[in-house]
Amino acid sequence: MATALRIDPDKCTGCMQCELACSWVQTGQFQPSASLIKVFIFDEQAAYTPYTCFQCNEAWCMTVCPVNAIGVNPVTGAKVVLEDACVGCALCVIACPFGTAYLSPSTHKATKCDLCGGEPACAMACPTECITVADSSNGQEWTARLASQVSARFQEMLQGLA
Amino acid sequence: MSGGWTGRVLRVDLSRGEIRVEPLRTDWARDFIGGRGLGARYFFEEVDPRVDPFAPENKLIFATGPLTGTNASCGARYMVVTKAPLNGTITTSNSGGHWGPALKFAGYDMLIVEGRAPEPVYLLICDDQVTIRPARHLWGKGVWETEEKIRDEVGLPEVRIASIGQAGENLVRFAAIMNDLHRAAGRNGVGAVMGAKNLKAVAVWGTGGVPIARPRDWMEAQWQFRRRLRESPVTSEGLPQFGTAVLVHVINESGALPTKNWQLARMKPDETGSDAEKISGETLKAEYTIRNKACFACTIACGRVTHVSEGGKVRHAVTTSPRNWNLAGEGPEYENIWALGCDTNVDDMDAVIKASFLCNDYGMDPISFGATLAAAMEMYEKGYIDDQITGMPLPFGSADALVAMTEATALRRGFGKELAEGAKRLCEKFGHPELFMGSKGMEFPAYDARAIQGMGLGYATSNRGGCHLKGYSVKAEILGVPYKMDPHATKGKAELQKKLQDSTGAIDASGICLFVGFGSELDDLLPLLNAATGVDYTLDDLLKAGERIFNLERLWLLRAGFTGADDTLPERLLKEPIPYGPSKGEVNRLHEMLPEYYRLRGWTEQGEPSAEKLAELGLDKLRAG
Repeated sequence: MATALRIDPDKCTGCMQCELACSWVQTGQFQPSASLIKVFIFDEQAAYTPYTCFQCNEAWCMTVCPVNAIGVNPVTGAKVVLEDACVGCALCVIACPFGTAYLSPSTHKATKCDLCGGEPACAMACPTECITVADSSNGQEWTARLASQVSARFQEMLQGLA
Repeated sequence: MSGGWTGRVLRVDLSRGEIRVEPLRTDWARDFIGGRGLGARYFFEEVDPRVDPFAPENKLIFATGPLTGTNASCGARYMVVTKAPLNGTITTSNSGGHWGPALKFAGYDMLIVEGRAPEPVYLLICDDQVTIRPARHLWGKGVWETEEKIRDEVGLPEVRIASIGQAGENLVRFAAIMNDLHRAAGRNGVGAVMGAKNLKAVAVWGTGGVPIARPRDWMEAQWQFRRRLRESPVTSEGLPQFGTAVLVHVINESGALPTKNWQLARMKPDETGSDAEKISGETLKAEYTIRNKACFACTIACGRVTHVSEGGKVRHAVTTSPRNWNLAGEGPEYENIWALGCDTNVDDMDAVIKASFLCNDYGMDPISFGATLAAAMEMYEKGYIDDQITGMPLPFGSADALVAMTEATALRRGFGKELAEGAKRLCEKFGHPELFMGSKGMEFPAYDARAIQGMGLGYATSNRGGCHLKGYSVKAEILGVPYKMDPHATKGKAELQKKLQDSTGAIDASGICLFVGFGSELDDLLPLLNAATGVDYTLDDLLKAGERIFNLERLWLLRAGFTGADDTLPERLLKEPIPYGPSKGEVNRLHEMLPEYYRLRGWTEQGEPSAEKLAELGLDKLRAG
């Protein structure tokens, strides 16, 4: 089984409840700077969206780790940092093409979204169901829809340039 | 301090360039909670009530509450406390967005700004590093451009900025402080105080956290609080669906929508030649809204992000259109629509949105601006002022005049110079003070006090002048929350106002949005405050805190020279009956409510808090005089 956070940007209101919930899990305080999910706000485009690890299949963070400190949770499929093994070399941070692996300033170890062991706090806190938990093992139909939207916009932009 | 409060106050003296961090007075924090209360307590202690609002001796306090920055629904608010340039009252002007929480994350409950910088500056707060930076290159710029430039300059995309636009720089008496582009500490002219201090902006980046004293209690309380908001039709349907503009239709149908500078109380085609439905929340949703936007931690999301098509731009061009005109902006809120649309009788949504965006970009309060323009329009129609003075035709209903005058006022050009002084000074200057629709020198907001009796008492007794936010009895009188009262009756209204004013004080002090009052009660807030701070408040403590805050502001007003005689309404509301609609024939019967209100407050017949009341509230050492 593989799960991931399904994010529907159109539903985001930019309220940051996800960041607050995540930071509460990480630190026991409300501290958005420690959140592993980030809300991006593009005011000129009136676009907001949370953004975090896709739990991707290739998982370069995992592949690149020299000490095998990133493993797969067999229940959720999440790629999880094993803090005891991590030496803080930051190779995963460099390798992740999505920028969703971080080095914690307090522990100097890698940190990333682990889906809270199956019940992600961000999804629970989201008031608009913009963030939900989805089965990502087959189809990827929702990522495909997003990708086609993005690519359509990209094509439009290219035409505008021509 | 174990949670809620950060326990630190940042003090910046712009005259000397000094920056200090001091511990929060914990005794005051306990009694006045935070936000409006704590800010007012510091202000009371430190500022002479007779000070000129533009003088360096006036201070500008930005105060958060213990719930600001937490995940409690709507815990986004901060208060600006200062002496008001518009009317000389103590003002506590509230704003949401993300700026207040950022100040908490940087580690401060309050920011106190003193003195006056010799040159334009802005303040950059990055956790413990606080610097005063030159801002000459930002002077003369609107809010959008200021935020963009500062963000580029400091290289932190997540920096949160509160700034003034041209209106604040030009000391427009109702200039606002804008944060996160669209959110405003709007009323009483707090932006002009910032302008007088040569302070263009305060940029904050905080990486710290807000601790919670009792985490387990907290989580339970905040889920319960969210459930309450989800169960109320106002906070789960009305506001998310249509935003605050949902009220245009409701208030119009109640015959309580002041139109043409309060000559009428309804906007119907056969009565005013204009139609409120054209500028209602329903129209806004159907034709203009792109999406909903929330402030920090808000689960309601009443904010509207709107867009106007090209046609609007051509019809109402001004020379300096707001930066975001072709993109998207926030609003207009109900109050904006009323002041810019109904009071001026302009039922053109394109023009209202344009004027509203301009107010945001210039940093100007649309309520006071719209009301001032409406007063000018009445004087123009009655022939008290003419084209010679105004520079252009100024009849009611002119969309072009609305947009042109928004710009002229913010930039203090032409007749805009007169409008920038506010309606009271404007009407006095041209010899017709009776056309000023406000109390204690501040223009009224969007509810006719003849049709909603309790609001009249609220306007008359509000500590900062004509204001709906310090005792919103519309809730009970029109919306029926939590119970319905007859808006035309005066019975029970004194008690209602006192109760609302006190509970509003407590909500304003906690750092949470007043809109939670639509879906929850003070007893829902109590467990949140206790869990966050670790203090064991009782419900009575909270009400007492609210009452203490209200009385403290009152004491300040008395010291500043206001008296019970200022607790009044314009003649028009007391004597001119509403001509049409369901409230036809009504005037406000303030005299039936005010003496009872004073009695319930424990004030003398002159409207001064009695010695016993002050002792009861622990304010006896702060007697007026």
